[in-house]
Amino acid sequence: MNPTRIAADGARAQALDRTLEQGKPSEQDYLEVLDLTVDFDGFKAVDGVKLTVTPGDLRFLIGPNGAGKTTIIDALTGLVRATGTAQFAGRELLGLAPHKIVRLGVGRTFQTASVIEDLTTLQNLDVAAGLHRSAWSRFRRRRSVPETVIEVLETIGLTDLADVPAGILAHGQKQWLEIGMLLVQRAQVLLLDEPVAGMSATEREQTGELLMRIGRDRVVVVVEHDMEFLRAFADSVTVLHQGKVLAEGGVAEVQANPAVIEVYLGAPAGASSIGTSGKE
Amino acid sequence: MNRPQGLMGQLKRSGWLVGLAVAVVAVFLAPQLLDAFRLGLVAKYLCIAMVAVGIGLAWGQGGMLVLGQGLYFGLGGYMMAMHMKLDDAGPGGVPDFMNLYGNNVVPGWWEPFRSAGFTLVAIVLLPALFAGLLGYAVFTRRVRGAYFAILSQALVAAFATWVESQQKTTGGFNGMTNFKGWFGFALNDPVNKRMLYYIAAFVLIAMVLIVRWLMRSRFGELLLAVRDQENRVRFLGYDPAWSKVIAYVVAAVFAAIGGALFVPIVGMINPKNVGVTPSILFLAGVVLGGRTTLLGPVLGTIAVRWAETGLSEAYPSLWQYFQGALFVLVIAFLAQGAASIGPGAKALWRRLRGSPGAAPPGATPPGGVPKAAETAPAEGAAS
Repeated sequence: MNPTRIAADGARAQALDRTLEQGKPSEQDYLEVLDLTVDFDGFKAVDGVKLTVTPGDLRFLIGPNGAGKTTIIDALTGLVRATGTAQFAGRELLGLAPHKIVRLGVGRTFQTASVIEDLTTLQNLDVAAGLHRSAWSRFRRRRSVPETVIEVLETIGLTDLADVPAGILAHGQKQWLEIGMLLVQRAQVLLLDEPVAGMSATEREQTGELLMRIGRDRVVVVVEHDMEFLRAFADSVTVLHQGKVLAEGGVAEVQANPAVIEVYLGAPAGASSIGTSGKE
Repeated sequence: MNRPQGLMGQLKRSGWLVGLAVAVVAVFLAPQLLDAFRLGLVAKYLCIAMVAVGIGLAWGQGGMLVLGQGLYFGLGGYMMAMHMKLDDAGPGGVPDFMNLYGNNVVPGWWEPFRSAGFTLVAIVLLPALFAGLLGYAVFTRRVRGAYFAILSQALVAAFATWVESQQKTTGGFNGMTNFKGWFGFALNDPVNKRMLYYIAAFVLIAMVLIVRWLMRSRFGELLLAVRDQENRVRFLGYDPAWSKVIAYVVAAVFAAIGGALFVPIVGMINPKNVGVTPSILFLAGVVLGGRTTLLGPVLGTIAVRWAETGLSEAYPSLWQYFQGALFVLVIAFLAQGAASIGPGAKALWRRLRGSPGAAPPGATPPGGVPKAAETAPAEGAAS
């Protein structure tokens, strides 16, 4: 009996379907990044990156440490300054304040699972769901729990832990909670920074299934070190190296790319063996 | 989600009504038990407690260390004092101290304060406007922590210095005193003094209820989130500056009302009531009572001020040492203030008895984290 099994049984899958049905993006909305450059005092952490991700294409960003994976997410969400363009559904993201980018439907998670520790699981989700509420309704008490929050609690398997301070959740549960927060805020672009780091094999598999379901009609970009996880769930892969795109394409195609193998292993080697397992 | 069931649950849910009833009874009981002098002191403590309630919201809930609430206390107090001086002087009259220090002319910016209505509105609106503009400018530029504390203290220092330098129009170092009436009520009449006490008590209760409402609203949850992880909140789609501005404005208005009632109750206002030192001492009761709780700031402030009066009457030179020792004890052993004694003792008692619910309620529900923590490594090993 696993108390935190997510999106496994039919009821949960249905709850997730109902959640995802709301605020569903139209099919032609996609994320388009051109010539993205982040310059830290002369050091180009991200250098002319081009990236196009459409809904239904579960995209993984991989690359050695310092390749610029997290920095790309930081740039797209307003955490660091960047040049170039980054548009979702035709709207420019670069130059906007972080909260305005979120309001355009672009959400993210953090490498160090970052939830509001003093609030309960339920409150975390309710705050995240609240960005579409009117200013005045925020001054009222929560009389009942919003339907989407209940559904998402079910989806991420935290219904039993709804009234627990989020700070005491296990690491994997915090990561699920962060994904749940993106679901209730109806993010249409989900940028996930190492969502399965530190998770057990079962948890990784559940998270992968959840991401596949979400990625069916939303733009999902996953930064990940775990190659097994990538092979199991990625639709396409972008490999970064020293701030530049090294290769892009399907999983098998990228795995066979000699440049990618060289970056990962330092020397040409067997084609199938990029990073046998995750770095973390 | 799971509300407590049964009689205990009912009691817990309506606990605030019981608390309110106790407070109202206490308010009516005090005049029966205390002489006029002591009752006046209590009324003064209540005014200070109004500032404390605001600090509890801004600092305890919002994480803004407001070291300069004397500014708003002073704004409210001086505006009330100006009206009372003009009222005492009669229509077209000149306040006594202007006669003494100045050229016997009422300055233009004093004139509107002849009107009682204008004064009352200004006491609320002027500090709110100032705090709103300042808060917006400061919080959108992400000034926080120690920098905000220093800024707020510098402002109050500047305000006190300015007031002191304007002897002809503010009474300078001596401030204003010798008030005779308050909106037509003679201040030397004990009945009116008692009325002022009641007004202060019920205004304070109203403020506590307002903060209670804010704390329990979604705004309160957001404010806590901003306090603990301001940057994370941006990525939930909120501009944290606005929550902070609102809490700061409420704290400023509460301080101004406290100052405005302080003047008729104590009978004076001068730079020593509004400067840096009183601004820091406003925090004393909040720290000791527990800044993150609803009642901690109020009860802490009343207790500290009561102890101050009692101890300095008995041992005039000892109070400072006692206050210092109290601070050390609270910060060393009760970082959350006296209000955390109750829940802390409860948890300790349960742990000593070794009952299953050892941790504070809600911390580890059945099937909760320990179970998940146990299963996780097992799964990892299996893979």
